[in-house]
Amino acid sequence: MLQPGARAPEFALKTTPDQTLAPVDFRGKPVVLAFYQADWSPVCTEQMAVYSLIIDELRAHGAQLLGIACDGAWCHLAFARHYELSFPRLSDFEPKGGVSRRYGCYDAAEGMSGRALFVVDCDGQIAWSYLSPTGINPGADGILAALDGLGKLSSRPRPQEGDRP
Amino acid sequence: MSTLKPPLGPRDHLRGELSRPIHLVEFGDFECPLCGQAQIVVQALARALGDQLCFGFRNFPVVGAHPNAQIAAEAAEAAGDQGKYWEMHDLLFDDQHALEVPHLGRYAEQLGLDMHRFVADLQAHRFLEKIRGDLHSGAISGVVGTPTFFINGIRHEGPFDFDSLLAAMTLAARFPRAG
Repeated sequence: MLQPGARAPEFALKTTPDQTLAPVDFRGKPVVLAFYQADWSPVCTEQMAVYSLIIDELRAHGAQLLGIACDGAWCHLAFARHYELSFPRLSDFEPKGGVSRRYGCYDAAEGMSGRALFVVDCDGQIAWSYLSPTGINPGADGILAALDGLGKLSSRPRPQEGDRP
Repeated sequence: MSTLKPPLGPRDHLRGELSRPIHLVEFGDFECPLCGQAQIVVQALARALGDQLCFGFRNFPVVGAHPNAQIAAEAAEAAGDQGKYWEMHDLLFDDQHALEVPHLGRYAEQLGLDMHRFVADLQAHRFLEKIRGDLHSGAISGVVGTPTFFINGIRHEGPFDFDSLLAAMTLAARFPRAG
């Protein structure tokens, strides 16, 4: 799985049957990628419902949350409508799990994305990542702590070319 | 490992003193059926553990799924402001299916609250900020839905039946509290 310091691979996936979204659309904002196994499964549903409920906590950090699973866009749409989810879900459907594989969090044995979280900073670099066991809902505390950390980093002077590391 | 932030303290609604060795904190929603089940388990644990247990409750109203959860939480806080938090808390869980404003008024009357003050507090949403503070605490602590329990400051993984919680608390009591 991709670790902090790595560049977040670029991609574009369907968010509805006729719209695509890409993390680069949000460049300049931190992006939180929440890979999950499947729409409708109990742990995923609770995890996504909690994120939806506390979305203002993420917005307070200026962050954009994107949920990603292998289900098709129509399935995502029905899932989001049923639970009134307040953030976009991306469909890693064709080629199946292609983006999950590039992030190193595809569970080939199950044929689903693993329950992986990534916080990507404003410059497109992974700042934090975490793979939760399949049956465990990780909650949002790790994401929020990572976003807190970004705030502290960006308030420091940026290293200039020629500075000693 | 997800830990409770901020730790249990005097701003929380507490059953039992903070000096007790076992702290159990629930993030809950008065309209959530699983929290209704958990309420029965928590009451049984309180009887079993007696003066070993300090129980605290923080609000985590799941407003999308439970349309009355937030106003019910406000009613509990308003009752708390009049010294009857736990009485209202128990009434709300005893009758989870009747949490609309007229029902809340009836419970307040039953508890002998100052109705003028109770209604004014609800209309002004006087305790909404406190509830939002609980929600923030839940977010940064890693709440995973309702109910989520923390035992001596550490998120409880696994089921919340009597035996599971009792075993986890018995184990936790052997170590210093994380928060």
